[in-house]
Amino acid sequence: MPEQTLAEVWGLVPAVLGIVAVGLVLGVVVAAVDRVVVLGASRAAVEPIRFGARLLVEQRRTMLAPDRLLWRIGCVAVPTLALLSLAVVPVGGRTLWSTSADLVWFNAMEALLWAAVWLVGWGPNAVHALTGGYRFLAQGLAYELPLMFALITAGLAAGSLRTTDILATQENLWFVVTMPVAFVVFVASAAAFAFWGPFAAPAGPDIAGGVASELSGVDRLLVEAGRAVFLGASAAMAAALFLGGDSGPWLPGPLWHLLKTLAVVAALVWVGRRMPVLRPDRTVEVGWMVLVPLTLLQALVVAVLVLNGFYA
Amino acid sequence: MLTELSGWAIAAVAALGVLSVAAGVAVFVVDSMARATFALLASFLAVAGILLALDLVYLAVVTALMMTIEMAIMAVFMIMFMMNPAGLMPMTMVHNAKGSAVTGAGAFVVLVAGIWTIDWPTRNTSRPADSTRQLGEAIMGSHMLVMLVIGIGLFATILAGTVLATARGRYDRLGPGLDAQRPDDPVAGGLPR
Repeated sequence: MPEQTLAEVWGLVPAVLGIVAVGLVLGVVVAAVDRVVVLGASRAAVEPIRFGARLLVEQRRTMLAPDRLLWRIGCVAVPTLALLSLAVVPVGGRTLWSTSADLVWFNAMEALLWAAVWLVGWGPNAVHALTGGYRFLAQGLAYELPLMFALITAGLAAGSLRTTDILATQENLWFVVTMPVAFVVFVASAAAFAFWGPFAAPAGPDIAGGVASELSGVDRLLVEAGRAVFLGASAAMAAALFLGGDSGPWLPGPLWHLLKTLAVVAALVWVGRRMPVLRPDRTVEVGWMVLVPLTLLQALVVAVLVLNGFYA
Repeated sequence: MLTELSGWAIAAVAALGVLSVAAGVAVFVVDSMARATFALLASFLAVAGILLALDLVYLAVVTALMMTIEMAIMAVFMIMFMMNPAGLMPMTMVHNAKGSAVTGAGAFVVLVAGIWTIDWPTRNTSRPADSTRQLGEAIMGSHMLVMLVIGIGLFATILAGTVLATARGRYDRLGPGLDAQRPDDPVAGGLPR
């Protein structure tokens, strides 16, 4: 039974604008929490906006013989894909549009982000940026499969790839109780797709900032905003897929979802900023030898529970 | 089939079809490996968009997902193994120009003749509510055995290909008696072993 989507309830244009606004607010929240964790509470909410405004008026640097077309495409694609991934995340109990393959949509946007970040590294025709781009792709090989298994585990329990169906199945019990491994892998992979926190090696100081090293002005604003928006969207998705979304006593549903999203953001930033950067050559083996079997076992446990009618 | 679609969907299919062909042509026109790779990706994404316009959501997003990962990995390997490692020197994707032109034109003629001469079946029943489920049942329902056999065959091919291609075997890693405590790997993998 497909419920009404935001586009059907509000009309297409207001719904799209609403989702973009939600995405930008989530991005600012992520950046503000990050500032609080790194620098303390002073002017945390203002700082990201001030930084953004400064980048907006900053003059753009360029390199010798850049591949300008692909560079611009990459820079614009990062925030666009972050916002597009938000289209299937329930906001106020409804998604912007509802398809029979919401989870695959979300995953496809992450994969496109993968390609876009490589373009950001390729475009400027500079060695550090290119190294960072390749590092990002290599690192992605370690967590792409575990992420897919983690996503599919939530879909398996609900018997549907539609996020609103997954929400409805969690009315009695949050999925995080029966699938903690999938939850942790999903949140960690979200950080990895934003090459953030312990997964920031593609933008590491040892390669002078890597993929982001040649970005300036609007380009840097777009990429940094895209990373923050994607982290916020992933936190909202994690709250919806594993933490019961808008279910909870006393308070109205959307407020519950907001609180859970904020909790995931706070936990993600707080833990992520306290972990050392992982070397990509050391994460690949861990991904394939530890995480893939773990997430497969997790899926097996959930599959047995589904066969026993646990989630029905 | 076309008559069931709304005007917007037909316009979208037409525009995306042209875009897909144009991006496909661009693959063979541009002189940079990165541009060729991403022109090919753009062509695939336009096809995914056509599937989306035809309301085949699952096929559309899976096409976008798989093709993006494929192109990203291709970018790594193709550029890595090229004679100019960064791929920044001008290059071309065209090899054996005459032969490929003849083959391409022949395939085009055969396909177009087939499309216009075959008596395509028409739908008698109403559209299913969930085309994803219908697709899954059509693929897996009565063909499960075939799919399993093909799956195992593909997997065996991947394993055999890797075994043939790998330069360092287990005797290199674990010694002639396969009794080394730790594998002798040039790059440590991250696990304490």
